[in-house]
Amino acid sequence: MANVKGSSVCRTAVDEGKPADWVPGGEKQTVVDPMKMFHELPREMQFITGSEAARESMRRANIDIAIAYPITPQSESMQQAGYLYDEGYIKEYYRAEEEIGTFSAISGASRAGVRALTATSGPGLMRGMEAVSSWPGARTPIIMLNMCRVINTPLAIQPDNIEMSFLLNTGILLLHAENQQDFYDYPLAAIMASEQVDVTLPAVVSVDGFFCTHARGPVRITPEEYKLPPRDGWRSAVPAMDNENPPARISRDAPIQKSNFISYHMHASWQQEVFAAVERSAKYFDKYLGGLVEVINPDAEDFIIASGCAVSQAREAVRQEGEQGRIVGLVKVKTIRPFPTTSILNAVKNAKRILIPEFNQAGWLHKEVCSVLYGRCNAVIKDGPRVFGGMTMPTEMILEWLEEFRKETK
Amino acid sequence: MSLENLRPTPAFADVLPIEYRDLVEHGPYTNRTGDGSKQTVKVTDMGKFKEVIEEHPMCAGCAMTLFIRLVYIGMPNPEHTIVVGTAGCGRLAISQASVPFIYGNYGDTNAVASGLKRGLEVRFPNQKKDVVVKAGDGGLIDIGFQGLMHSWFRKEKFTTIMLDNEVYGNTGGQESGMTNHGKVLKMAPRGKFGDKVDALGLAKVAGVDYIARLAPTNPARVARTVRRAIMVAREVGHSYIQAYTSCNIEYSIPTPDVMKDAFEIEKERYGFEEIISPAAKAYLDEVEKKPKKKKSD
Repeated sequence: MANVKGSSVCRTAVDEGKPADWVPGGEKQTVVDPMKMFHELPREMQFITGSEAARESMRRANIDIAIAYPITPQSESMQQAGYLYDEGYIKEYYRAEEEIGTFSAISGASRAGVRALTATSGPGLMRGMEAVSSWPGARTPIIMLNMCRVINTPLAIQPDNIEMSFLLNTGILLLHAENQQDFYDYPLAAIMASEQVDVTLPAVVSVDGFFCTHARGPVRITPEEYKLPPRDGWRSAVPAMDNENPPARISRDAPIQKSNFISYHMHASWQQEVFAAVERSAKYFDKYLGGLVEVINPDAEDFIIASGCAVSQAREAVRQEGEQGRIVGLVKVKTIRPFPTTSILNAVKNAKRILIPEFNQAGWLHKEVCSVLYGRCNAVIKDGPRVFGGMTMPTEMILEWLEEFRKETK
Repeated sequence: MSLENLRPTPAFADVLPIEYRDLVEHGPYTNRTGDGSKQTVKVTDMGKFKEVIEEHPMCAGCAMTLFIRLVYIGMPNPEHTIVVGTAGCGRLAISQASVPFIYGNYGDTNAVASGLKRGLEVRFPNQKKDVVVKAGDGGLIDIGFQGLMHSWFRKEKFTTIMLDNEVYGNTGGQESGMTNHGKVLKMAPRGKFGDKVDALGLAKVAGVDYIARLAPTNPARVARTVRRAIMVAREVGHSYIQAYTSCNIEYSIPTPDVMKDAFEIEKERYGFEEIISPAAKAYLDEVEKKPKKKKSD
């Protein structure tokens, strides 16, 4: 960063007020094997918000550059990222002009071969969707934290995860965090999976806004002196745009701009490869997260399949049903993309009734589950209960739906 | 590093295409001084060395193509340069060059370049990498306006080059923000409403350190302007070049008269202008080893 002294772009740490002997926080950390970080390092319990959990995750993620535009409820996390930049845990950081600019810039950073992080919420995701949908085809490993909120009119800032449905068919890796703990663990796992050579894709970790981002919960975190290995810009399914390769035509457009059969075939095969890479990521998530799903009471006849905050509400419903002597199973879906088809099929093979509670109007998880269980499972699948626009989902609501479901389907 | 990557291993040297061997043996890479400040591959040598771009699918007589070739010749270090573009005629030629080209989404060039440049600085702290945006007038001043302006406000260290053909050529001849007032084009059946956007004025207000407007009438001047812009972006701040690159198809300029048109437009209204900040001036004086008081042009 040695630029002309006194010029407007001369911005070393010392220029920005740090003492000459300042050592960035990241340089005091030790790189640790990801599996060791995820499964072996000792953990300390902290009672923190989801945004603070995201900060602690970022602190250990060896992020090179973070770029974001503030939007509620994401803003708390990304201003925390600013503090991490100031402390030297993130090497480069700026507040972008808006989300198209944010998501374009973060794709440029990823093309440079560095680890790049951004975050957004609802309308911000919608605004930058053209850029986001181009990330997978450009084979850009990027980590995006997505704090879900309402996107439709009337405008609201309340939690609602309808925006996740817009990511389902992009070729992006998509995880859904249940709570503050997941919002600490999942980004770290997603980063490592996304940067594998046979994956090389962006990853989004969604969480239900406010319920998780602004509420405190117990989070077991690893010691801050350990961090993930850095991104290796040379290890990738496609070369970085760094001009460190023999001169060749390495732009991703290829001759696709032409209207002929070869161009159609190139685009189709490229897209097929993107979605095949999504499936290949499953083996990494399986070992990083200890499975793509979590199953409770696998022998039950009544099952709840849920993701995100709905899992927590379902857990309590399962517990209360148990107190009444009724065994209800639960499948927590951790990865929405890759969708854990086999794991779900195995989990619900004895089920008679499957309830799918969601925090959105469209019922995208219900549609996903139906699409993979159709013709392969004898259970009746019921879509609901659904709440949206900021509504909470009381446990009693799930219990009532279960009771009604049993009456409907003997 | 790149120059080493360029050279094939001896075992492969004789099976590589002649174009590749020409690039290695007669390309513009190794003829430069180490810091790229002095250009030993000259425009007047065109035809005597292997350009990084030769074949392209542009229209016959396209002035933009000539300008793009000159930009590549003017690059101080093409072996460490990445070009960013967007939809438009220009990318049809730019994507043919043996310099990495990011063909992004509509109007995203200056945002992509911002992240790219910062990422490259993190990853290669000891190797300067030049990032150059080459996009059309519509791509920058219309759909890419917000990204363009904010990259200027942030003083991002890359160069923006506007291929200003004053029309949406690639989509078939619609008026753009850079079209002159009153010009009848598609989507302007009664003539363009409003004036040609004063992009130079905006750049000046935004504090861009090196600003230039030109037409491709003087090839050596084009190459020198590009070199200056890239060197300033490398060390001082943002740089912006606006080049008149006529669309002979949509403006119905007979192919043999394309350069005549360029000379006429340059004389009538486009001209050649450089606006250089004091910091950029001092820096250019230093690298060009000219006395500080001497006029930079």
